[in-house]
Amino acid sequence: MLGMSANSVSYNEQGSVESGVDAAPWFLCRNEDLKEMLESNKESLKLEAMKRIVGLIAKGKNASELFPAVVKNVASKNIELKKLVYVYLVRYAEEQQDLALLSISTFQRALKDPNQLIRASALRVLSSIRVPIIVPIMMLAIKEAATDLSPYVRKTAAHAIQKLFSLDPDQKEHLIEVIEKLLKDKSTLVAGSVVMAFEEVCPDRIDLIHKNYRKLCNLLVDVEEWGQVVIIHMLTRYARTQFVSPWREDAVFDENSEKAFYDSEEERRVDQSKPYIMDPDHRLLLRNTKPLLQSRNTAVVMAVSQLYWHLSPKHELSIITKSLVRLLRSHREVQYIVLQNIATMSIQRKGMFEPFMKSFYVRSTDATHIKTLKLEILTNLANEANISTILREFQTYVKSQDKAFAAATIQAIGCCATNISEVTDTCLNGLVLLLSNRDETVVAESVVVIKKLLQTQPSQHSDIIKHMAKLFDNITVPMARASILWLMGEYCEHVPKIAPDVLRKMAKTFTDEEDIVKLQIVNLAAKLYLTNSKQTKLLTQYILNLGKYDQNYDIRDRTRFIRQLIVPNEKSGALSKYARRILMAPKPAPVLQSAFKDRDRFQLGTLSHTLNSQASGYLELSDWPAVAPDQSVRNVEVVEPVRLPLRESESEENSNDSNKSSSSQSEKSSSESDSEKKKKTLKNKKLQQQKPDSKDRQKRIRSTCLRIMQHNYSLNYYLPPQIIQKTLNIMTKYILIHIVLSISSPFFVNCMCSLLHLCVFLACQFDAVSWPVRVSLQASSPVFVPETSHELLHRMTGKGLSAQYRFTRQPCIYGNSMVSLQLTLSNRTDQALENIHISEKSSTGQNIHRFNAIERLEPQASVTVSMGVDFNDSTQTANFQLCTKEDEFSVSIQPAVGELLLPITMSEADFTKEQGKLVGMNESSATITITPENVSSQSVNRKVVSVANLGVIPSGQENIYRFAGKTVSSGSLVLVSVALKDPDAMITINTEKTVMGSMLLRQVKTALTNSGP
Amino acid sequence: MIHSLFLINNAGDLFLEKHWKSVISRSICDYFFEAREKAVEPDNVPPVIRTPHHYLINIYREKIFFVSVIQTEVPPLFVIEFLHRVAETFQDYFGECSETTIKDNVVIVYELLEEMLDNGFPLATESNILKELIRPPTILRSMVNTITGSSNVGETLPTGQLSNIPWRRAGVKYTNNEAYFDVVEEIDAILDKSGTTVFAEIQGVIDACVKLSGMPDLTLSFMNPRLLDDVSFHPCVRYKRWESERVISFIPPDGNFQLMSYHISAQNLVAIPIYVKQNISFFETGSSGRLDITVGPKQTMGKTVECLVVTVHMPKVVLSANLSATQGTYNYDPVTKILLWDIGKLNPQKLPNLKGSLSLQSGAPKPEENPSLNIDLKIQQFAISGLKVNRLDMYGEKYKPFKGVKYVTKAGKFQVRT
Repeated sequence: MLGMSANSVSYNEQGSVESGVDAAPWFLCRNEDLKEMLESNKESLKLEAMKRIVGLIAKGKNASELFPAVVKNVASKNIELKKLVYVYLVRYAEEQQDLALLSISTFQRALKDPNQLIRASALRVLSSIRVPIIVPIMMLAIKEAATDLSPYVRKTAAHAIQKLFSLDPDQKEHLIEVIEKLLKDKSTLVAGSVVMAFEEVCPDRIDLIHKNYRKLCNLLVDVEEWGQVVIIHMLTRYARTQFVSPWREDAVFDENSEKAFYDSEEERRVDQSKPYIMDPDHRLLLRNTKPLLQSRNTAVVMAVSQLYWHLSPKHELSIITKSLVRLLRSHREVQYIVLQNIATMSIQRKGMFEPFMKSFYVRSTDATHIKTLKLEILTNLANEANISTILREFQTYVKSQDKAFAAATIQAIGCCATNISEVTDTCLNGLVLLLSNRDETVVAESVVVIKKLLQTQPSQHSDIIKHMAKLFDNITVPMARASILWLMGEYCEHVPKIAPDVLRKMAKTFTDEEDIVKLQIVNLAAKLYLTNSKQTKLLTQYILNLGKYDQNYDIRDRTRFIRQLIVPNEKSGALSKYARRILMAPKPAPVLQSAFKDRDRFQLGTLSHTLNSQASGYLELSDWPAVAPDQSVRNVEVVEPVRLPLRESESEENSNDSNKSSSSQSEKSSSESDSEKKKKTLKNKKLQQQKPDSKDRQKRIRSTCLRIMQHNYSLNYYLPPQIIQKTLNIMTKYILIHIVLSISSPFFVNCMCSLLHLCVFLACQFDAVSWPVRVSLQASSPVFVPETSHELLHRMTGKGLSAQYRFTRQPCIYGNSMVSLQLTLSNRTDQALENIHISEKSSTGQNIHRFNAIERLEPQASVTVSMGVDFNDSTQTANFQLCTKEDEFSVSIQPAVGELLLPITMSEADFTKEQGKLVGMNESSATITITPENVSSQSVNRKVVSVANLGVIPSGQENIYRFAGKTVSSGSLVLVSVALKDPDAMITINTEKTVMGSMLLRQVKTALTNSGP
Repeated sequence: MIHSLFLINNAGDLFLEKHWKSVISRSICDYFFEAREKAVEPDNVPPVIRTPHHYLINIYREKIFFVSVIQTEVPPLFVIEFLHRVAETFQDYFGECSETTIKDNVVIVYELLEEMLDNGFPLATESNILKELIRPPTILRSMVNTITGSSNVGETLPTGQLSNIPWRRAGVKYTNNEAYFDVVEEIDAILDKSGTTVFAEIQGVIDACVKLSGMPDLTLSFMNPRLLDDVSFHPCVRYKRWESERVISFIPPDGNFQLMSYHISAQNLVAIPIYVKQNISFFETGSSGRLDITVGPKQTMGKTVECLVVTVHMPKVVLSANLSATQGTYNYDPVTKILLWDIGKLNPQKLPNLKGSLSLQSGAPKPEENPSLNIDLKIQQFAISGLKVNRLDMYGEKYKPFKGVKYVTKAGKFQVRT
């Protein structure tokens, strides 16, 4: 037996070990598997992996160990893949701050993208990565985006403000500046988001609103619905600080019941001699929000309702009633909130909802909290005229199967009975009938309510008290028992025979009662002792003795107190004389009032109102100012043309459409001019992006480190030593991370460069040194664009289709590393050619962005399309297939080396400095004899820029001409200088790309030696 | 604003979480579970729950709780409305909003949630824009996607988001241009024991299905617009035109949408299409009861009442029902205590009747209140309020669209007390 069990144990152990071994690799395998998929070259595999990872995130499973594998795909071309990577990044960046930094450069690059949606999404993700270290970068990005031409990007900037604020509240002052700028924005798209940011960051800076107040009021109808809610709430607060109360003269006409609402002080302040005139701006707000009561969005309707409640003259308030009642048709949760607000309103203004009383009738299918709220409102609405209808309705509710609801109804009946004296008797009789109900909760609730009602006029109701005494044995709910005992004691003089008998019964069961009942027994005993000591003296003493040894200290305490008070002895002197007056003092009747009585201290429609306690971040609604502040602050200096509500005019929509199509172009040019402007104003420090050629990783890391060191030496000149120290520290840290991670090469280099920039940038920020550090090479517009086009496909070989291409020398919109090409396709046949496109198969390795297929090309017609090719900084030909519906033609493009560059501008000093770094292997030079007509500066410049897409550097020295550019693909710096020493000229080319350098040299040489234009 | 969202099914399983700001541990939902337990019925869960540091605002829809976490003051309706919009979007995308469909399409759900909120503030909630950003799954597309590896994410940019008409996308093209409008009216009523109307009103909506090319500008007018007591519109409707001329002028979204909803005031006498004669009684002894229900037509204007269903929520003590129906079928579920009588078409010549006995739990006291009856019905080609569409005009486009209007009357919250 023992052996058996031992065996089985060992077997189990084996089994478990085995399964453990199985499980571990299986688990690893799973993530390993995902990692492998992410590292594969196939988009579809990567996508599949990301989808599975998102599935894990959704389930709340931890997928953080995949971070390095995922973050590599951040620059993917596939939009869905990219989006999923963003989802992942935003989720885990906070936990993996160091690694998250690797993705920053991608976003920084995307922030400059000509496409507004790409810019916006980059800013969105960048600002969602909650990594404190990038705060300065975020700040910069927000500032830039706030001046973007696209309203969509500006909207995103407004959202980013809040994110940055929650990440680093110290940025508040800077952010307020941005908010101020964005508040001036006239786009409906931005308005809601910026007001949201305002509410979050600086809700007290009401002065920022003045100038924008009228604009916001006018835009409101066209703002998207969520923005409307936020703006309306903000404007409500604003109006309460800026306008005087419109309620003054109305107060005279108000119903009597509302007297309490008006502060007596406020009424005294009323200056009857001066009639109230509403500020036109106040009127503007009311007028422009009114149509929104018809919105389908319940939050908007509620927001407008609360605005009217807090701001409108009382006689205009009735327009919100219908809309609020309409909301009751909506979902259960909406009903709940709306009913709460109606409950608060209905206390102060019965008249508003009385005509809609029947809308608050309870259905058996309503949820309990809805039923209770409806009951509350019905109680509030009850008056002499409608009380009979309401009571009849209540009668059906009392019979409800939902006992909690039935109990609440009884409470409501009690409320009605106290509020409306005409029906008190009817209600009491009804409640007494309920005492014989079978359900305990109903009976208990009735007793409690009757007790409260009787307190108002006890003398007439001794028979009710007798009736209750009779029922006492059958009632077990403690609260009800306690209530009856209290009634007995309080009115023992009305029922002199019954009360002692009840006490006798209680003495028997004292020990079994609940605490609350025990207290009342002691109470009753004391009162009887004082009024009828002859009959109850012994009973009282017995009860007091029981109480003395009770387990509950409250009861022991009370007993001790009562004994000292009522039983005269030597020690208790003064007080016992007053015992009767203390215990039998006439007590004020309890006021049965609504739970919503004091809810109006909160702004309606807010979370605080719903909870009836101040939620964090709740902004108090201020009282009306006694004297209106200066109205002129809202005047806008420049008289703006009145903006037509957009939906009203068709023509505007059309013009907007056409604007859209041209917007991308205008945007691009503006961003260029923008960047140029900045260059002039800032003394930029340019850092170089470098790409090591070696494929050996070890070597690469070492060389990168060295280069970084080199940079630091050059930085030495500008930066204080402590900053250098910090930079080095930060860098060392990340380089270590890199060595640990095996990250594929191009990505690594990108990261390295961006990290270097980041580090220097941060080191400056840390010491609060405002250091004008420019961290990226900025492409400028081309100096010269050649008109010559090259033949791609001759019409003979192309069976009538001819194609020509030319280099536009613009940064390519399809990808940062692509060369932009313009293709002109012409149809020389007499038939239309259909479906002209570039075949999916690319024979060489180049990445080609194809133009959209041309559906149909008419005879003799020609069409111009643009495409992008990533030549990867080599002059290798790009081969691809140009296809029509019928045929396929192999074509190839061989770029001149000068076309693989993008011009950049820099100062002369920077140029020489950079040149100094690119010596030795990286320098190639030649001396030529220059033709005489080429000696002038204009001709040298023209010759060089026509050969290569370079930027001209303003030169301080005569006879030396400098040109700078970067390679399109890798962004390596290419510096060309021509020094004229009559009659010779020395051409020097400095670039890391030595092959390109020598090719370029040859071309420049030929250009300058050739005569002619 | 909205910090995180948790989806929880009826059994209390948390099956999806999404955070728009820092991650909040799912243990926050314990407060919700506590409230859920206390409420017994899912409908009774309070929509706003306070926890020490956060506030939970939840909605219950299609057997799923959408629980959102809030940190600071926000209008609660803002959150509730948004959550409902999320549920509607799921319904729109997947045909139904259920746990299975959400789990099956978790990637699309995530992509949608990502687009709908930025930092807790709604970004794109218009279905037309969302559909351009993320294409809804269809069987055909998912098959093509698996074969070709192409994606569901739109590569083009949504045109609507950047324009002043965010609800409509540009470049819509149809070969058949058509616009259909369904006027659907619901009668909300409470009838008392004797059949008199305690409360009745009519709520109507106009659902539209517009498939028109280009940028059509439509104008819809009514024969009797005065009937409409209170209206609310889709954002596309120009409020000003309605206020001044009582016509509905709008550039429609593409596809299906709800153009407007309206309310016919209780002052106008509401015609109740049917009457119900019922007698439900429980006996003091013998733990049994009797049930007898007859339904007949009242004010139907000569139309046929269809899809007539009577639902009774029986008291807890009713164990089983032994009934016989002259028309239709009945079913009593002893677990939920719901008696469902599906009558179908109402025949005025031969009134449907359900009669029989109920057996109660022995020993239990007889229920105090008789259960109320909930009625469901439908009348085709008839708007009970008498509302009539006068004409539909189109401007801005050249072609001639095909137009159609349909009327339906349904029972809304139609309850008969007994």
